[in-house]
Amino acid sequence: MQHQPWVEKYRPRTIEDVAHQEEVVHTLQSALASGNLPHLLFYGPPGTGKTTSALAIVRQLFGPELSKSRVLELNASDERGIGVVRNKIKGFAANAVGSGVPGYPCPPYKVIILDEADSMTGDAQNALRRTMETYSKVTRFVFICNYVSRIIEPLASRCAKFRFKPLQGDVINARILHICGAEGVTMGPGSMQVLSAVSGGDMRKAITTLQSAVRLRGSPVEQATILDVSGSVPAAVVQGLLAAARSPHFSRIQQAVTDLIADGYPAQEILLQLQEALLADTSTSDAAKGRILVRLSEADKNLVDGSDEFLQLLGAASFAQRTLAAPAHG
Amino acid sequence: MLYVDKFRPKALEQFKLHGNVADNLRKLVVNGDCPHTLFYGPPGAGKKTLILALLREIYGPGVEKLKVECKPWKIELPSSKVELEFTTVSSAYHVEMNPSDVGNRDRYVVQEIIKEMAKSRPIGADGQRGFKVLVLNEVDRLSKEAQHSLRRTMEKYSAACRLVLCGNNVSKVIEPVRSRCLCIRVAAPTQQQVVEQLQAVAAHERLTLPPGLATRLAEASERNLRRALLSLEACKVQHYPFEEQQQVAAPDWEMYIKEIATDVLAEQTPKRLYQARGKLYELLTNCIPAEVVLRRLAVELMRRTDDQLRHTTAEHAAFYEHRLQEGQKAIFHLEAFLAHFMSSYKQYLISCGQ
Repeated sequence: MQHQPWVEKYRPRTIEDVAHQEEVVHTLQSALASGNLPHLLFYGPPGTGKTTSALAIVRQLFGPELSKSRVLELNASDERGIGVVRNKIKGFAANAVGSGVPGYPCPPYKVIILDEADSMTGDAQNALRRTMETYSKVTRFVFICNYVSRIIEPLASRCAKFRFKPLQGDVINARILHICGAEGVTMGPGSMQVLSAVSGGDMRKAITTLQSAVRLRGSPVEQATILDVSGSVPAAVVQGLLAAARSPHFSRIQQAVTDLIADGYPAQEILLQLQEALLADTSTSDAAKGRILVRLSEADKNLVDGSDEFLQLLGAASFAQRTLAAPAHG
Repeated sequence: MLYVDKFRPKALEQFKLHGNVADNLRKLVVNGDCPHTLFYGPPGAGKKTLILALLREIYGPGVEKLKVECKPWKIELPSSKVELEFTTVSSAYHVEMNPSDVGNRDRYVVQEIIKEMAKSRPIGADGQRGFKVLVLNEVDRLSKEAQHSLRRTMEKYSAACRLVLCGNNVSKVIEPVRSRCLCIRVAAPTQQQVVEQLQAVAAHERLTLPPGLATRLAEASERNLRRALLSLEACKVQHYPFEEQQQVAAPDWEMYIKEIATDVLAEQTPKRLYQARGKLYELLTNCIPAEVVLRRLAVELMRRTDDQLRHTTAEHAAFYEHRLQEGQKAIFHLEAFLAHFMSSYKQYLISCGQ
């Protein structure tokens, strides 16, 4: 247990403890009370508690012992092609249920959790359609995904959908304070705000960053340490790039971009902070800002597709320079 | 032994460059624990060196007893059986592999190795320290499926196995994996630092390195320490004692790309494009990655044109590089980039002429 990451250690064990998702928690609690669970579809950005909620539900329904025989958890690390759906899932779904154990509701059905369901193939999802209906008396499905659009419509329409929203700063703060208390860590002045800002509503990121910061520099946790481990780009560096884009010389942005890449800053992070810096900037016209933001979004998409960081950043910076140099059109 | 290997720092205390990163790593593992980590930075910055020193810090000199193993793996999947053979470098405490060696079946291999590691947990002298380390190189070339399959696995087996990921382009690592790791940025050394390192190595080897040559070596290396050291050694073979004016040999492929750039600038005709295509093929068949060719070509062309053309070149380079990643055949996109450049260059020349 000593080697356990805090994310695992402080994962909520019951559905009540899941923070900030009031509607979801409320609905699931009443489902727990009646023991009647619909098929579920959880979606939302990373680190908002989707997997945690699913695990908490089955734990509360069946208890640790029965969970082994009543729950099948499959995620992207398991083979989930159409073959598995036909054999393993169908086989598990068709099984009859045994008797429950005392102390837990143990309703007469099994639960199949399909984590990271958006990485399942369309064929495999299609194969599930009929299975879900046929065995609905003895089996419930829980789908978990980041992008609900990647789940085919027929599956989505069979489920009760729950959106997990990004966590607000104060919710993250409360949880972080709880962990700090339990681990005997104190936060330096202002570091709490920085931590919730860099996490961007992702609880896991906040906790991982906190643990890394504590491991690196110990307690109390300073602002600088958090910025350091979270991998964000220093504001001065981003301002430097913006200043280069304002100058009329191409060689300046080329030099700035070359240095940024050589310093190993992640290009996506640079784009993100460039966007913030640009939005906060008052001397640029709104039209120019808009055009540059469109180009930044394109560069980001290209990076996700696996493009070269140097060329994409240079392309975006070059566009920004031309836009900023052009006379404003109204 | 090459200078690069000879002067590679072995322990975290010995790091001159990245001294603060090394210090942090030491604090990180001081109580025998270690989170999943992701090292990223440009090539030749010292990622690998840091990782090896980190392993040594955790497990002691035992990790340096490496064995290279090439064994056939039989992986049973519910739907099919996969049999493949690939090489891992391992010690009693860690396994190192290049997922790109196994192509698009990397996810099964990564899973299998992690499960195997979880089965055989090492026991240290103090009776604890029950985890092994899996070092994944070139994680940016790990397929998206494999990265997705790592997500839950990293959590499930976190007691038995730690991952150390290492890559250049952190944008290619999916966000969920990044948020599970402690990300450590390894910046390339500045030119000044490269010069210092070159001088330090030269002093150790009892060579006299003229400052002018050292500076030019550092410039040519583009802040890549490995490259600087290798070209120092090449220079020594070429001519010793060193001369201030001695030429720093650029790699052949770079010369070749310069040649293409010169060709394209000299004449913009379909015939020239045809010749350039031959040269591009030559580069590709010699296993120069297409994105490296495109980047170098763009930089080279931008160096020789004025600001107006540089903007269009940068724009086109970004556009075609993206297409290159999406598409299958690199040659189409490289050629399209050149053709596009030729056309805008010709137009520019005509507009200047009038």
